[in-house]
Amino acid sequence: MVAVLPLRLTGASLRRRGKRLVGPVDLEIGAEGVTAVIGPNGSGKTSLLRMMHGLQRPAAGRVDWSLPEGVARTRQAYVFQQPIALRRTVLANLAFPLRLRGLSRAEIRLRAEAQAARFDLTDKLAQSAPSLSGGEMQRLALARALITEPEILFADEPCAALDGRAMREIETRLIEASAQTRLIIATHDMGQARRIASDVIFLLHGRVHETGPAQTFFDSPGTPEARAFLKGDIVE
Amino acid sequence: MNDLLAGLGEALRLILTLDAELIEITLRSLRVTLSALVIACAIGLPLGGWLAVWRFRQRRFVIATLNALIALPPVVVGLVVYLLLSRSGPLGVLGLLFTPGAMIAAQVIIITPLVASIAHQALRDLWAVYHDLLISMNATRWQRVSTLLIDGRRALLTAALAGFGRAIGEVGAIMIVGGNIDGATRVLTTAIALETGRGDFALALGLGIVLIGLSLAVSWASHWVMRTERRGTW
Repeated sequence: MVAVLPLRLTGASLRRRGKRLVGPVDLEIGAEGVTAVIGPNGSGKTSLLRMMHGLQRPAAGRVDWSLPEGVARTRQAYVFQQPIALRRTVLANLAFPLRLRGLSRAEIRLRAEAQAARFDLTDKLAQSAPSLSGGEMQRLALARALITEPEILFADEPCAALDGRAMREIETRLIEASAQTRLIIATHDMGQARRIASDVIFLLHGRVHETGPAQTFFDSPGTPEARAFLKGDIVE
Repeated sequence: MNDLLAGLGEALRLILTLDAELIEITLRSLRVTLSALVIACAIGLPLGGWLAVWRFRQRRFVIATLNALIALPPVVVGLVVYLLLSRSGPLGVLGLLFTPGAMIAAQVIIITPLVASIAHQALRDLWAVYHDLLISMNATRWQRVSTLLIDGRRALLTAALAGFGRAIGEVGAIMIVGGNIDGATRVLTTAIALETGRGDFALALGLGIVLIGLSLAVSWASHWVMRTERRGTW
């Protein structure tokens, strides 16, 4: 079903102005599950997600999908830490990815309205997106990212600025989405990682420090740094 | 002071009596300027969007050149267009010299850099906001530009109005290529220059007041149509 996976990173690294942001990373992302990318601030979570998604080209190494890159690009989506609102109505925001793909107006409207109903945004359709609250905007961003039915979704701290209720709403939707979509979620919230992840990538200083099934990782982390991080100690 | 008052009175008289010549000159001014503006926007707005989105090697040089072209002296533009369109010039066969067409051509050259530059600045800021999203959604280059043009339309109104302002008040170039021929190429600005030279300050000032009123009316109308400064910041 997930034709675009596995995703394979081979010695991939990202640099900006000579500074290494992440890498070199060797990873394989399989077809199943919800992966939590965790690690301290500045450990390269965002950079890793951006590099996988193709928002930034690796300075070295390779990022390979199991389909040609041009096709793979159309089967993934990304939810940003700061949701980006197009200066249009909520309906137009939902319709936007479909319009880029040249679908017919009637079909776009149908799918956008159905997606709004699924994400509890029906009564906001005519409202301008930048006027939404933080929680509503993140919900819209998630709905918009999922409307193309991507095979894999990257979510960078999707609940970073949200309160408990809004966070639970987003998490519920992410879990629902995980039935059809492979999820890669960067988070600094260990509670969230425990709740939704099936496996974990623990980053430290831009390198993959430890990976494994979530259950194993949280119960008995294999490295002292991961143990310290989970205990809430400051890892340097 | 007397001249100013006389000018106001003359302006009122011209407007209230719907002076036939005034209306003809005013309509020609509008027609020439709006034609030039439509062409300049058709070139300048997409160019501004393109420059905001497209990273290429000479981008900084092109933008710096564009900004320099804003200060292009209209008289020199008029002279060059004159030489191009004159009977012996390369485009002389078109027979455009001393017609409104020549005036439109000169104005397009004068205001396109201004329109493109202001559009580029506004859309560059919007692009900084939209960049990641549009790249993530795999938008083609043209889709990126058109998204910026649509969502940045209120900022583009400023670019268009700046272009309109520069064109409607321009006199040096259209005097040269139009020739200020009564009933053919005389517009508000060239008429003002003529009446001032003749010493008919009241008439010149009256025309000037009409010109300013025209600019204000166009600006108000466009803001009203675009509903700027209402409901939110955009």
